[in-house]
Amino acid sequence: MRYGTTSSACAALIRRDLLLTWRRRGDALNPALFALMVVVLFPLALGPEPNQLAAIAAGIVFVAILLAGLLALDTLFRSDHDDGTLEQLVLSPHPLSLLLASRIAVHWLTTALPLIVIAPLLAEMLHLPRSVLPVLLTALALATPLLSLLGAVCVALTVGMRRSGMLLALLVLPLYVPVLIFAAGACNAAQVGLPFLAPLLWLGAALVMALVLAPLACAAALRISIT
Amino acid sequence: MSIHPGVVHYNPLAHRFPMPPTGLEAAPNATWPRLMTVDHSHSEIPLLLAQGLAYARNDEPVFGPLDFTLNRGEVVLIEGDNGSGKTTLLKVLSGLLEPVSGSIQLDGEELTLARLSHQVALLGHLPGLKLDLTAEENLDFSIGVFGLRAGVTPPLALASVGLEGYENVLVRQLSAGQKKRVALARLLLVPAALWLLDEPYANLDQEGIDLVNRLLDAHARRGGAALVTSHGAYAFTTGTPRRLPLRPAA
Repeated sequence: MRYGTTSSACAALIRRDLLLTWRRRGDALNPALFALMVVVLFPLALGPEPNQLAAIAAGIVFVAILLAGLLALDTLFRSDHDDGTLEQLVLSPHPLSLLLASRIAVHWLTTALPLIVIAPLLAEMLHLPRSVLPVLLTALALATPLLSLLGAVCVALTVGMRRSGMLLALLVLPLYVPVLIFAAGACNAAQVGLPFLAPLLWLGAALVMALVLAPLACAAALRISIT
Repeated sequence: MSIHPGVVHYNPLAHRFPMPPTGLEAAPNATWPRLMTVDHSHSEIPLLLAQGLAYARNDEPVFGPLDFTLNRGEVVLIEGDNGSGKTTLLKVLSGLLEPVSGSIQLDGEELTLARLSHQVALLGHLPGLKLDLTAEENLDFSIGVFGLRAGVTPPLALASVGLEGYENVLVRQLSAGQKKRVALARLLLVPAALWLLDEPYANLDQEGIDLVNRLLDAHARRGGAALVTSHGAYAFTTGTPRRLPLRPAA
């Protein structure tokens, strides 16, 4: 008789999610392709004037990545809810918040990390000065986990509903606004030679807070929407 | 191999798993978990004790108040029409839903949503299987989360539900009945003593129905217990289980 420990449960969940992502690896590229297409739309609409594009490049990259993350968010608990796995997870004797934190971590790894990887390409397409690129990547590294954690709480609230996509967007986007302001603000400041450290620190502080609190809120929300 | 002299029990796993001691000897083999001994009918603490249990959805009573006990070695059939609250009762007993009144004691300890137990396994309407994983990968995940009963492995459990050779087949490619069997194999693997089975006979052929009955029988003889819902279409083929009629709350 061997009872599963919490660490073995989290490890099993992470292994399962990575395996599932690998089995459907074609889908994993979709958020990155979506962000790429959104970025392509802007020069088409605004004209290919490099200076004009460079001025708004960081903002466009962030909005594109934020929207791509929003579209990927619905998959976080959807299939687990539809096939009954979520019920099993809630019934497991381990802290639900830790299990969900592992789930969110893998979701970030498989949906947000590809977006960070293509971010230099997106920035180059919009003529963002290369000197701003390190700030852009740092801001993304801090902002995307924050977006995943905030989004997860809202997904947990809406997972019991059918066709919750639009409602989810309406719930999530107001929460994303401060993240966007700080992340894009850091890049804009770096671009015009102003100090950019403060907004990055704010992002870091918010991320630390969300790392602790979001899984707890997510677990509470999930219990409500399952019952 | 039989537990009681003169009575031959059919145990689908007997040829693969060593039999636990019967509890009649002086128990030199203290490594066997307490769960594995048989005949707990005289033990003072029932596995499950529900007192005044009632549930209401939006102030609309669903069932109860109910009082019942479930001892180790017992299989109880919950009977009731559609909408009588069978599924809800199982969800309340598993700890998934909070009852509006009454208490549930599991092995003498209060069961609440905040304190879920290793002792309960719920098989609901949804099998809880990932279509893009193989049968064995699904079972491995469940072992990681819920733990593993002594002496069982995923291939053995799959073999005992009649899915030998299906270890590396994606669950997507299995039929509805075979998926149900994979879900049953999960029950064999997890160390829970109390099985809550919601319509386990759905989607199963006659052979599958017999299989469920044999698994329940073997589980009861291991010292486990089970609550099974059915709307009465299938009866147990062996023995006469205790029945718990459930009527919609007035």
